Amino acid sequence: MALKGFAGFAIRKISAALLTIFVIICVNFFIFRVIPGDPVRLMFGDPRVSPQKIQEMYVRFGLTGTLWDQFVAYLNRLFLYGDLGYSFARKAPVLEVIASKVPQTLMLVITALIIAVALGTLLGAIAGWKTGTKFDSIIITISLTFYSIPTFVMGIIMLLIFGLYLGIFPIGGMVTIGAGLTGFAYVRDVLWHMFLPCGAIVVWYIGEYVIVTRNSMQDVLDQDYITSARAKGIKESAILRRHALRNAILPVVTITGVNVAFAVAGVIEAETVFGWPGIGRLVFSSVMARDYPVLQGLFLVFAVAIVTANLVVDLIYGYIDPRIKVGGGQ
Amino acid sequence: MSGLLKGLQDVRKFLKLLGTHKMGLVGVVIFVILGIIVIFAPYLRTVNPLRTGLYENILVPPNAQFWFGTDHLARDIWSQTLYGARIAFLVGFTSAGVTVVIGTLVGLVAGYFGGKLDEVIMRITDFFMMLPYLPLMIVFAAILGPSIRNIILVISIVYWPYTARVIRSQVLSLKERAFVESSRSVGASDRLLIFGEIMPNVVPLMFAEVVLMVTWAIYAEAVLAFLGLGDPTTISWGIMLNYAFNMGLMTYAPWWVIPPIACLCFTILAFTFVGTAVSDIMKPGYREARGL
Repeated sequence: MALKGFAGFAIRKISAALLTIFVIICVNFFIFRVIPGDPVRLMFGDPRVSPQKIQEMYVRFGLTGTLWDQFVAYLNRLFLYGDLGYSFARKAPVLEVIASKVPQTLMLVITALIIAVALGTLLGAIAGWKTGTKFDSIIITISLTFYSIPTFVMGIIMLLIFGLYLGIFPIGGMVTIGAGLTGFAYVRDVLWHMFLPCGAIVVWYIGEYVIVTRNSMQDVLDQDYITSARAKGIKESAILRRHALRNAILPVVTITGVNVAFAVAGVIEAETVFGWPGIGRLVFSSVMARDYPVLQGLFLVFAVAIVTANLVVDLIYGYIDPRIKVGGGQ
Repeated sequence: MSGLLKGLQDVRKFLKLLGTHKMGLVGVVIFVILGIIVIFAPYLRTVNPLRTGLYENILVPPNAQFWFGTDHLARDIWSQTLYGARIAFLVGFTSAGVTVVIGTLVGLVAGYFGGKLDEVIMRITDFFMMLPYLPLMIVFAAILGPSIRNIILVISIVYWPYTARVIRSQVLSLKERAFVESSRSVGASDRLLIFGEIMPNVVPLMFAEVVLMVTWAIYAEAVLAFLGLGDPTTISWGIMLNYAFNMGLMTYAPWWVIPPIACLCFTILAFTFVGTAVSDIMKPGYREARGL
């Protein structure tokens, strides 16, 4: 029965996510159609392109016929061929351009996320445990500060401090150009380059996890079962580990999904500042080159990533939390 | 209109309470300093921030003539920094105003009427909040073209659902309260109930939303400008950073980078502190604990 409840819950969540993605795909189509001006002209941006070439492009991109015909053609290309368009600036299919940058971004984000979750929940839990102490107020002020400063600003600060004054970390790129490193030396070189961009993302993430874990911890500590555990004479450290921390972790799972949208912004900023060759940096270079097809594709990729992340978190949460399982069955 | 007056009185009471909050006070002090800079920028500046200078004055470090040094076009960084505050405030407050007005109206309507209408509106806000807001802003700004007006437009398009949600949930609890019920029972119209009875009670919340939205809008302008989508006819902190970054001069000319960075940090922190103070003050029990 419980599984059936969860299955129902899962189906509802998945269909809602699919619907959202479909609407996003439609929005993505119309954003570039309702704008004043001509999409082909926008893509080229160069008035010297011959009329024949322009006409060719109209056919190539399904820009002939009514808006509805165009829409159907767009969906066809997208779903049947996975065609996101063609980048004139890079002279390659958009999908190829984006796909080649995804691994670098995943490496950066996953590393940052692991560090931030581990450190952030730990510091937040301690701060919540010791609410009102000096430690708590210092941690919370620092977190709030880090959390509010934009990632690109934090990135530039780190760039100045580490790159300029201390000179211990490389300030851009992913590998030392021309070093021709292989094997272990290569891995070390990449990690070395990753330190600052990763750090800029971690700093923001940590602030968030500290604040959420601390609040959650405070809520948990007010619960009756903590009081009764104390009354039973269980050691404080055991209460913290076995009773408080476990329950305080739940909201941490939720924010990870909900805030992927914010993380996307952080990644774009950090990768841009440090020249990390991922999809965030691609946003910046596409803006610079006014490469609309790539921007359009990136928008879709980010949106699908956010919806998927939210879905995964919802499902995990639904699986963990028995109340949702039961609710889903009704 | 008496409802609006009451709302304004609430805001005044609110400001008084803000003075009792340590973080809020720090925020307000920084805000006042920035406000003075915004108003008196033309008198504090040394030269026109957009006027390019002589060849030998390109990228000079801070000195007696150029207090904060110059940029790649020999323009004065000190004057640029002052005028950056104007753009930050202009974009911040205008976008926040537009966002909060739209968000409040939508929230009032959704919360008050409820039912199918509410459900549809909430689905729309859910959808907007699911979108990657920075790429969305970038796409809009890139298509619409870089100008202050378009940046404000873009920010409002992306942020209104956040305000709408907050206002709606407040309205949901307000409309069940006795004073609304009693007005309704003597035959008050929907319009009167929404704007005369409910809206005055969400004014403090709107104030809190304005503070939050100003912070977000200043951040959004800065990041869009930094990514090269700022209004090229103006000077903002984000645009200063964009120029230094694109020229590859960030580490060569720290005097060019540090002022806008410091100003952005102070401004955003000031509004964050005020925002934290506001949400603390609105928690039940804050006044009682201080005997106010």
